[in-house]
Amino acid sequence: MTDAHTDFEPRITAFVCNWCTYTGADLAGTSRLHMASNVRIIRLPCTGRIDPLFIIKAFERGADGVIVSGCHPADCHYTSGNYHARRRFAVFHDIMEFVGVDPRRMTFSWVSASEGAKWKDVVNEAVANVRELGPYEAYRALAPDAVEPWPQATDDLAAAGATTTAGEEVAT
Amino acid sequence: MTEQATAPVYAGVDDLRRIARELLEAGDVRVVIGYEDARRGARPVFVSDPAETDKLIFDTRCVHNLVTYLNPRRDHVAELGKIGLVVKGCDVKAVAGLLREAQLSRDDVVLIGVRCGGVLEENELPAALALTPENVAPRCYGCDNREPTLTDHLVGEPQPEPPRPVMTIDERVAALDDQPLEERWAFWTDQFSKCVRCYACRQVCPLCICEQCIVEKTQPQWIEASAHPRGNFSWNITRAVHLAGRCVDCGECERFCPVGIPLSLLNRKLQHIMRDRYDYTVSDDPENAAPIGDYRLDDQQEFIK
Repeated sequence: MTDAHTDFEPRITAFVCNWCTYTGADLAGTSRLHMASNVRIIRLPCTGRIDPLFIIKAFERGADGVIVSGCHPADCHYTSGNYHARRRFAVFHDIMEFVGVDPRRMTFSWVSASEGAKWKDVVNEAVANVRELGPYEAYRALAPDAVEPWPQATDDLAAAGATTTAGEEVAT
Repeated sequence: MTEQATAPVYAGVDDLRRIARELLEAGDVRVVIGYEDARRGARPVFVSDPAETDKLIFDTRCVHNLVTYLNPRRDHVAELGKIGLVVKGCDVKAVAGLLREAQLSRDDVVLIGVRCGGVLEENELPAALALTPENVAPRCYGCDNREPTLTDHLVGEPQPEPPRPVMTIDERVAALDDQPLEERWAFWTDQFSKCVRCYACRQVCPLCICEQCIVEKTQPQWIEASAHPRGNFSWNITRAVHLAGRCVDCGECERFCPVGIPLSLLNRKLQHIMRDRYDYTVSDDPENAAPIGDYRLDDQQEFIK
């Protein structure tokens, strides 16, 4: 199975909180850590702001995998947003598995502002998992003609222009 | 078709009519919502004249969860004045749900509880049948609220336990759980693809209380409105998740579904998740807070890296 997808580049949407994981990802960048470049980050105020519908929407719009990440327990900028999110995503994780969505396509993590290296590992692991699973054709088959393709390679990104980023397209 | 035995007349029906009449005569309530016998079986009825309380019945055909009339979306019902409502054990849990979420004041309603021994799956029958494993509503098996405590009145004698259906909902959920991921996906996407997006599941639900449903939001449009498999998947998952820890398993969504999507399996799975993760079972105690909207510092997080 792995061989079949060697030239497949997973498209992964990451929903991260502003205070911890976004800053952690920033640190990973400023620390010049090498990691897979398949992830498009969408910054939100808090994991408590991340509705499970965001994940569904990402799959609808052609994501092969999703990452949700925020502050560690007890570190939430808003005291308890991540605790509420933890319950919500536990339920969502289980019910998605029940209806046949491979949980390896959904990565949940806690990454603090100082954990640039952990963010790198989370990204690399999520990309490796999704690469092994292959493109999410099963979800795309729900609406075969409707999926709007993401800009795939750097050439496409450049062609799409500076004002339209992949992240914004997914967020609409 | 083999002849099926009819159920014995419900012993509490005289008390039910008397209580309804007294409530209306005393002006304690303006309307009693209960069940009546009609051409196509039992159906909900609004009784505001004390002389008409003899219409009221209760038998195994009374499957409807009348608490849906207390849903704040139905403010035209609330405008009628104070309501007397006939409720079974499962229905009372929905009342507790509305109280728990501050969608109802306990003083707005007089609850006339009926001791229920289970209802039929198919209610459009000229006579009430005795329950058998073949005809019982599967959700009735294992009912844990046969002596409701939240009611103002409780009529009828203690009823026998509902029979075990040929296949219980738990067994059907377990059978799905045992299937490989791909087959579950095939099963559910096939079921959801039947959806015509009539939203009957939402309309009938006593606990779908949003004034504006997420599915009706168009800017941005979170859930595609047309009836195609992708939007249907989003809708059905979202509906189920929004009921997580709130669903009282009255089975009305599945009964009302015109295309027969087995929503009770999804709802039951969510109940299992709530039980396994948060040791929570929905009850008719309004103080029994639902797990979503609450948290503990030591909640499970084995799925989080």
